[in-house]
Amino acid sequence: MRSQALLLLVAVSAIAADHESLLIQNVTIHPVTSAEIKGGSVLIVDGKIAAIGTKLSARGAKVFDGKGLDLYPGLINAGSNVGLSEISSIRDTVDIDEIGVFNPQLKAEVAFNPSSEHVQIVRAAGITTVLSLPSSRGEEFSPASAVDAPILPGQGALMHLNGWTWEEMALKRGAALDMLFPIIPSVPRREQTIGGPPQRTYSELEREYKVKLEQIANFFEDARRYAHAKAAGEPDFQPDPKLEAMIPVIEGRRPILVRAGKERAIRDAIEFAEKEKVRIIIADPHDIGSTAELLAKHGIPVVLGETLTLPLKEDDAYDSQYALPGQLFKAGVKFCFGTFDVEFARNLPFQAAAASAFGLPPQDALKAVTINAAEIFGVADQIGSIEKGKLADLILTDGDPLEATTSIKAEFIVGKPVNLESRHTRLYEKWNARP
Amino acid sequence: MRTLLAFIALTCAAHAESILIRNATLLTVTKGTIQNGSVLIQDGKIAAVGTNLSAPAGATIIDASGKFLSPGLIDCHSHTAVEGSVNEGSLSDSSMVNIADVLDPSDINIYRALAGGLTVSNVLHGSANAIGGQTIVIKLRWGKPAKGLIFEGAKPGIKFALGENPKRQGYPSELFSSPAAQQRRYPGTRLGVEDEIREDFTQAKIYQTRWKLYNEDRAKGVHPIPPRRDLRLEPLVEVLEGKRYVHAHSYRADEILALIRTADDMGFKIRTFQHVLEGYKVAKEIAAHGAGASTFSDWYGYKYEVIDATPYNAAIMTRKGVVVSLNSDSDELQRHLNWDAAKMVRYGGLTPDQALAMVTINPAKQLGIEDKVGSIEIGKSADLVLYDKHPLSNYSKVLKVWIDGHPYFDLDQDLKDRITLADRKKDLIAKEKAEEDTAKKKADTERRAVDKKEGKLPQEGAL
Repeated sequence: MRSQALLLLVAVSAIAADHESLLIQNVTIHPVTSAEIKGGSVLIVDGKIAAIGTKLSARGAKVFDGKGLDLYPGLINAGSNVGLSEISSIRDTVDIDEIGVFNPQLKAEVAFNPSSEHVQIVRAAGITTVLSLPSSRGEEFSPASAVDAPILPGQGALMHLNGWTWEEMALKRGAALDMLFPIIPSVPRREQTIGGPPQRTYSELEREYKVKLEQIANFFEDARRYAHAKAAGEPDFQPDPKLEAMIPVIEGRRPILVRAGKERAIRDAIEFAEKEKVRIIIADPHDIGSTAELLAKHGIPVVLGETLTLPLKEDDAYDSQYALPGQLFKAGVKFCFGTFDVEFARNLPFQAAAASAFGLPPQDALKAVTINAAEIFGVADQIGSIEKGKLADLILTDGDPLEATTSIKAEFIVGKPVNLESRHTRLYEKWNARP
Repeated sequence: MRTLLAFIALTCAAHAESILIRNATLLTVTKGTIQNGSVLIQDGKIAAVGTNLSAPAGATIIDASGKFLSPGLIDCHSHTAVEGSVNEGSLSDSSMVNIADVLDPSDINIYRALAGGLTVSNVLHGSANAIGGQTIVIKLRWGKPAKGLIFEGAKPGIKFALGENPKRQGYPSELFSSPAAQQRRYPGTRLGVEDEIREDFTQAKIYQTRWKLYNEDRAKGVHPIPPRRDLRLEPLVEVLEGKRYVHAHSYRADEILALIRTADDMGFKIRTFQHVLEGYKVAKEIAAHGAGASTFSDWYGYKYEVIDATPYNAAIMTRKGVVVSLNSDSDELQRHLNWDAAKMVRYGGLTPDQALAMVTINPAKQLGIEDKVGSIEIGKSADLVLYDKHPLSNYSKVLKVWIDGHPYFDLDQDLKDRITLADRKKDLIAKEKAEEDTAKKKADTERRAVDKKEGKLPQEGAL
């Protein structure tokens, strides 16, 4: 070990001479993908992790004393509207849920507001990357199903929570195509509809649902024909942004993030993925029924929504939602966590910890908010753990980052120290000083 | 009837029984942490607290080695167990309605909250009106009828609401109003909300005086015609006389201060400001008035009036002398108020004891029940929660909950019951299906009989 560190030291000194470098010393490193290192150091060169060891030093590098604190990789919120929505009840400040059924060409990153208050607030909780999505929660959670409800609301982007412009912040554009899988809504009880619009019958709703499935199939068929036509270089080929955006999807390069809250939607989504030969990620499931094994069998990953939520049915066990992550873990499903909102996006780590109280092993809770998210969205070569060659997205804490009592003491995004102040801390300082 | 009697017998037995919880880390809240501590429960009360307690004869002994015991958690803002809507939105002052009249003891969220260590809730009317309905403090005695939920001796309250919610009735928007409420109603501004409360109390004082004069006359032997009873003003007179607490939903500093001044002018007290996300800006004034603050731990960003929300609110208010509690206002959040308390260590550096106080003794103080609940002290109700880890850890889990010394939640029992209930559900579904099949067969047979009589013979394979 000592000789290895010595070798690194030699190699590193040479690099450090004419590059921007930072040496974080005197920390307990929690790499997530390997065992913890006490009294460790991490050398960052040009925003990347250049070396990890116990006795690193580098000439010319700035030195950051970690004071014996804990160093973790930055956390990843794999489902949110951060940057796109400011105050959820004031539409003027909200840029999600565009009009239209099929909008696969819409890109979340282009409307990501780097000056949003949420950016600073969320990163102060140790979250260095968010998946920003162009739509709110699926149809299942909205009051009514509409014929023109969005199905493909646009592409989500993985965004770093530091940078002057959205271009600088975008880690991966088009990380996933958002999809609100159609459902047959449950017919409300009569007393719930008094004074409201006339209700449709089950058979009407079922018919609408089948029409939507057909629309989806047609849209994918159009996309395939478009791709063929483009590849064939036909002289009368006309570009179409919507269908163009579908090419990476039908070629399996861009996964579809399917919001499927309940068992039937999950089964339908799996069937759809098989039929269309596309890659899917199930998002925000809450009533998975007996689909865990099915998801594991098909190797379909999941982005879990809030753990801390009520059971869907009155006779469900009180902890049915708390225990869901543990249940998926036991079935061998790979998953990460999102919050699918803005206001509670910073509480992502507590959702993972709660899952752990109810059956998910703690080390896997940590993986779920770091490396798993990176793997699911194809960026594990860049983020999600403390490993040589990865981007230096790091958080310095005085304990387990999934505990609310822990404080985030310092943070680095792509090797740059991040200011942990926010509107919340500024208000605190200002008003705490009121005489 | 037999089951009922058995139930009563069981309850009485539990009350008379002694329980000794041993070797736990006791988080007393008011008297620090006791390692390897024991609590003796007798007649539903905490009879002894210490490190070397011996069990009286016949006592149930619970070994809690490695586990943590806290007082039952208390939520100063809940709408759980309210049947139907929480708002009587028709009038700006609906003080005549009472939440106690619509308590639903079968609300499953009572049990779910118990499973998260909650034992007491302040059940409130909604925030659609400047002066809303009367409120009631309950104990989460799951399985008891509505009357059995009511916290004996806890002072009732009344809900006030300031800011956007009561204003909204003045300018209905598609987002928040039902079609039935699309009629404009005064007030539609914060100015109007301030005036509404002032007007109502002006009337209440006149009403109070009329009765005072009437009673004085009667004492003198004169028999005048009594004033007409006004069920709307009576609760406000109770507020003036200190018999009913005011719990005021509020966000912005201006409206908080305005209500304090109205109360000062009219001669009543605000017991708690609820939500009070800008309380930190007028913490001094809140403390001087003697009001408590029942806030959210870290909510922000959901509407304009919370633009200046900060999770450091509770810390500032605490340091400026306000008694602060954390409330849920949510069927979900009430299931883990301990985890919300944990956030207060992060935001503003409060001690674990201060944090835990915000969901135990502080809300008890705000509800005027601190002599009965809110800490592990001799003589208080045995409302206790047993956790596998420290309750401020996000990895902790509730194992057992007692109210008045009676076990109301037991994780092991819950896990056993799940199996029984699942079997019972399966049987019921099977039974229902069998009944449906029988009914269908019967109908078929009858139809065939009719068809046969009328000479219409079904063709083979037609069914």
